Amino acid sequence: MQAQARPAEFAPWNDPNETPLIRFDGVTKRFGNFTAIDDIDLAIHRKEFFALLGPSGCGKTTLMRMLAGFEAPTEGQITIGGKDMAGIPPNKREVNMMFQSYALFPHLTIWDNIAFGLKRSDMAKDQIAARVDEMLRLTRLERFSKRKPHQISGGQRQRVALARSLAKAPKLLLLDEPLGALDKKLRQDTQFELMDIQEKTETTFVIVTHDQEEAMTVASRVAVMDNGKIIQVDTPPRIYESPNSVYVADFIGDVNLITGTAQLGQGGAALLTWAEGQPEIIGTAGEGLSASAPATFAIRPEKVNISESRPECVNNVVRGKIHDIAYLGNISTYHVELPDGQIIKAQTANNRRLSQRMYTWEDEVYLSWTDTAGLVLAG
Amino acid sequence: MRRFTWFNATSLSLGFAFLYIPMIILIVYSFNSSRLVTVWAGFSTRWYGELIQNEAFLDAAWVTLRVAFVSSCIATVLGTMAAYVLVRGGRFMGRTLFSGMIYAPLVMPEVITGLSLLLLFISIGLDRGVFTIILAHTTFSMCYVSVVVSSRLVSFDRSVEEAALDLGCTPFDAFKSVTLPIIAPAVISGWLLAFTLSLDDLVIASFTAGPSATTLPIKIFSSVRLGVSPEINALSTILISLVTIGVVTASLVSKRRIVQARRDEQMAEQTA
Repeated sequence: MQAQARPAEFAPWNDPNETPLIRFDGVTKRFGNFTAIDDIDLAIHRKEFFALLGPSGCGKTTLMRMLAGFEAPTEGQITIGGKDMAGIPPNKREVNMMFQSYALFPHLTIWDNIAFGLKRSDMAKDQIAARVDEMLRLTRLERFSKRKPHQISGGQRQRVALARSLAKAPKLLLLDEPLGALDKKLRQDTQFELMDIQEKTETTFVIVTHDQEEAMTVASRVAVMDNGKIIQVDTPPRIYESPNSVYVADFIGDVNLITGTAQLGQGGAALLTWAEGQPEIIGTAGEGLSASAPATFAIRPEKVNISESRPECVNNVVRGKIHDIAYLGNISTYHVELPDGQIIKAQTANNRRLSQRMYTWEDEVYLSWTDTAGLVLAG
Repeated sequence: MRRFTWFNATSLSLGFAFLYIPMIILIVYSFNSSRLVTVWAGFSTRWYGELIQNEAFLDAAWVTLRVAFVSSCIATVLGTMAAYVLVRGGRFMGRTLFSGMIYAPLVMPEVITGLSLLLLFISIGLDRGVFTIILAHTTFSMCYVSVVVSSRLVSFDRSVEEAALDLGCTPFDAFKSVTLPIIAPAVISGWLLAFTLSLDDLVIASFTAGPSATTLPIKIFSSVRLGVSPEINALSTILISLVTIGVVTASLVSKRRIVQARRDEQMAEQTA
């Protein structure tokens, strides 16, 4: 779509000459009658920070455990670095995993925890010591090397788990909800730390998370999953701005959804007939949209303008009454009720003090948006 | 919280009286100089002296200790293996049967276990002696070990083992260097339990012991039938003091560990 790829930009997935590090080919995993992973094809490239995002039970953890070797696919093939992984046990894979519970060895010191994997490789003793010290420096844990895991805080334990899984310099590092146990502030700091470490070590990271903000922050690409299927794989901006389905639009961020019937317009535009006596909504046509079929218009609240008087030169205008105001400090979300009872959310930045707010409850306002601000999606 | 009331004092002393008066009487009478057990004739350590010279008792004590040590070691190995397979083995053919069977000796009357073992030993022509007692004690104490160890295995995070595999361990290496150190306290208490059960046992041992080997409980029981001798009081006093020393040491060690854990937590909070 936008062919503005600057040469410095990291986007190996757009390069047809690049061979991916990991390939899933028609992978299905069943547990008894339950299908956890349903015929997935996926390619992940070297040095990528790839996020698997989805609600709990969508199969993202199963997908990761198959990469680590703890589960074998029922059907299909997984290759890492061109090698078929079928039948290769976890200890023979150049893949390391950081567990959600950290899974530190309680009877070993931090130093021995980090050295654990190295001692099981054919590395010389003094090299092991040097590598462990390097990992301790990288994760700023030098002071705690002699402590046991229960003698340090949760954030430090998280860093030990990271250091331990990075120590063997794996081709691929898997992170299973790595920040789930940390509080919000620490989590945000650690996200940037993770990105930093990923860049420094040039390792491919695959992270499993249910936190969309986390996925958007750290990842080069995000795969949104639902019910064992991958719904969309794309960069965070594209996932947010051009979701390929109502599910993705709804799962990522806040969105207004209006259902109706689509008509195809000119130059990638689409029209949505949604309520009697109301003008059609103009938006960008989504993937696989067909004429006269049921469709949903999706627009982010921050792309909806709110005004007292009818704006000029804009095609998409609706009138409504303010039903509710959610004040979040930096922004406010206005819940505006349309004549037919639908609620549309409009978000504005609070660049004025609260006492000077322009609108209040029960005010009649106009909502408007540009022709390209929203998407008309099939379904 | 901890207030002194007459109710508390009464229930405490009643409880202690029930538990300890019989033992105290036994200890007191072990220092009786009279040959008649129930008649007090002054303080003496005479019976302790005679006990040391009683070869039969000493032999029986030595047999008991050997049996207890060997059988509890074998039971610990077998019981730990059984527990590991039951908890970590996933589903395999006959798992339900196996898990049911392993707990059967817990509820089986000892007389039946003893009798069936006796029949087995006779039918395969095994001479009864120390070896058969060891086999019998291993049989019934390994299920206690597996109960203790499996409860520990169930409660600990599986992903710690997976992490070991992920870092390059073979399954056996992971068990040896991660699982075993973590479940060690349970394995040790399983061993202690097996050891005490074997020391205590009278019924099964009397079925499986032969003329060549007699355990201490059998010896005491058979000599009591001929009349209680003050020597037995002395012997029991020694056993009671041994057990007391063991229990007190164990509780001191665990108390120290709790204090250490609290100190560790404080340390973690300060550096957080």
